[in-house]
Amino acid sequence: MSERLTLPIGPQHPLLKEPIHFRFTLDGETIVDADIRMGYNHRGIEKAAEERTYIQDLYMIERICGICSHTHATNFVQAVEKILNVEVPPRAKFLRTVVGELERIHSHLLWLGVAGHEIGFDTLFMVSWRDREIVMDLLEIITGNRVNYGMNTFGGVRKDMNQEEIDETLKGIKILEERTLYYEKVAREESTFIARVSGVGYLPKDIAIAYCAVGPTARGSGVNYDVRRDFPYAAYDQIPFQVITSERGDVLGRTLVRVGEIFESVKIIKYALKNLPEGPITARVPRKVPQGEATSRYEAPRGECIHYVRANGSEKPDRVKVRAPTMANLMSIRHCLLNQQVADIPIIIAAIDPCLSCTDRLILLKQAGEKEGEILTWEELRRRSIAKKPL
Amino acid sequence: MTRPGAIWREITKNLGRKPATVLYPKERLPVPPNFRGRPVFDPEKCVGCKICERDCPSGVITIEKIAEKTFACTFSLDRCIYCGQCADSCPRKAITMSQIFELATFQRAQLIDRKEGVPPKPKEDASSEETGKENQKE
Repeated sequence: MSERLTLPIGPQHPLLKEPIHFRFTLDGETIVDADIRMGYNHRGIEKAAEERTYIQDLYMIERICGICSHTHATNFVQAVEKILNVEVPPRAKFLRTVVGELERIHSHLLWLGVAGHEIGFDTLFMVSWRDREIVMDLLEIITGNRVNYGMNTFGGVRKDMNQEEIDETLKGIKILEERTLYYEKVAREESTFIARVSGVGYLPKDIAIAYCAVGPTARGSGVNYDVRRDFPYAAYDQIPFQVITSERGDVLGRTLVRVGEIFESVKIIKYALKNLPEGPITARVPRKVPQGEATSRYEAPRGECIHYVRANGSEKPDRVKVRAPTMANLMSIRHCLLNQQVADIPIIIAAIDPCLSCTDRLILLKQAGEKEGEILTWEELRRRSIAKKPL
Repeated sequence: MTRPGAIWREITKNLGRKPATVLYPKERLPVPPNFRGRPVFDPEKCVGCKICERDCPSGVITIEKIAEKTFACTFSLDRCIYCGQCADSCPRKAITMSQIFELATFQRAQLIDRKEGVPPKPKEDASSEETGKENQKE
């Protein structure tokens, strides 16, 4: 057996966009073990949310992620609306869906560019980011901002769409559809691209399920699961769409899933804008939220995102818990990396579309000599996950 | 069927295409009508309910009463996130979001935007004492 080498990468490293630490054990060029350490980007957003009113929290929680900001805002709003027991007007539900799907298009085009960049295919990076500007402009026209749209409010949305904006959106997504058709052709035909990504970062279906992978990472391994279809929120129960899966399980499979999802998003937006119900866009909600708790799920571009909110009857929430999709996908990354080459590390990490600052939640400080880990029972785990103080 | 160079069509097309970017200081892209730029305070409409102050996520707004039915508003734009909640919350629409987005400056103090209302002149000649205290930060 040849000598093994430990290769540390991060927390600051050119291949990483955000701080995270990887420790690879190498046998020659082959990765035999990978260890992931995170926690360099903890912002204390959950604690800060307890100190602010619901309205103030809405904008802070929107800023958890710069890419899927609508995800977090909608998810938080949905959880609070569940506690308030308000019925959101149908037009607001459709508008939330439209913005959510535009966000998915922009996130997937961004990912496509990053993936192209990581494998040295910078032409793809340039052209997909250029086309991403179309969807960014659409979001700016509809909501007033390129990122952190500020579209949601409790009981509905803040901005209506007029006919002019609808026409502009339909025009823009038509161009996007043509461009995406072209990217799909590139992903399916370009032999250099396929040779670079096929078989890389293989994640079998059973491992994806065992490690609770979500979103395109799971669907790229053939797990047919999508919150939009299985637990519909907003207007997804009224809109027909398909869940894209791929049985390949490698980076190519995840690419095809994401490109396919852009088509589905285009279809959803077209349908939603053609069948946009008339009516008000907000329901009246009280400032104080009655005692209660609620969980909300949302299919973010990266996968399932979960928000938990507990209210104590005041203007401020008692507890807010956010489980970002990267948290679920990070567990599967170790398996993807095993028996791969060092040169494939960037694309394998990029393939789950990690968003680490959204993910970091807790820092555990341990004293020297303390035992390395502990085994929790299910009851203890549940107690620690929900109990801060009794209601 | 796989083949090399599926991207070539795009590359050759790009040769004749004009740049996707604009030369910023010379050429400015228009902002959409919904754009949330620098907030503008209209002292004549303000009734001093302070809902904006309470709802602002980053504590940008300070409303002070300087005379009877006359209020001064201070925006600390250095920490404004331009969400537009103040404009939404205001029951009298005394705060509106403008289209101004070029707010970069070298001095923080320049981002503190104070606007005072003029007390109503007719009938009683209430002496409008201009409060000299400037830009207090919490």
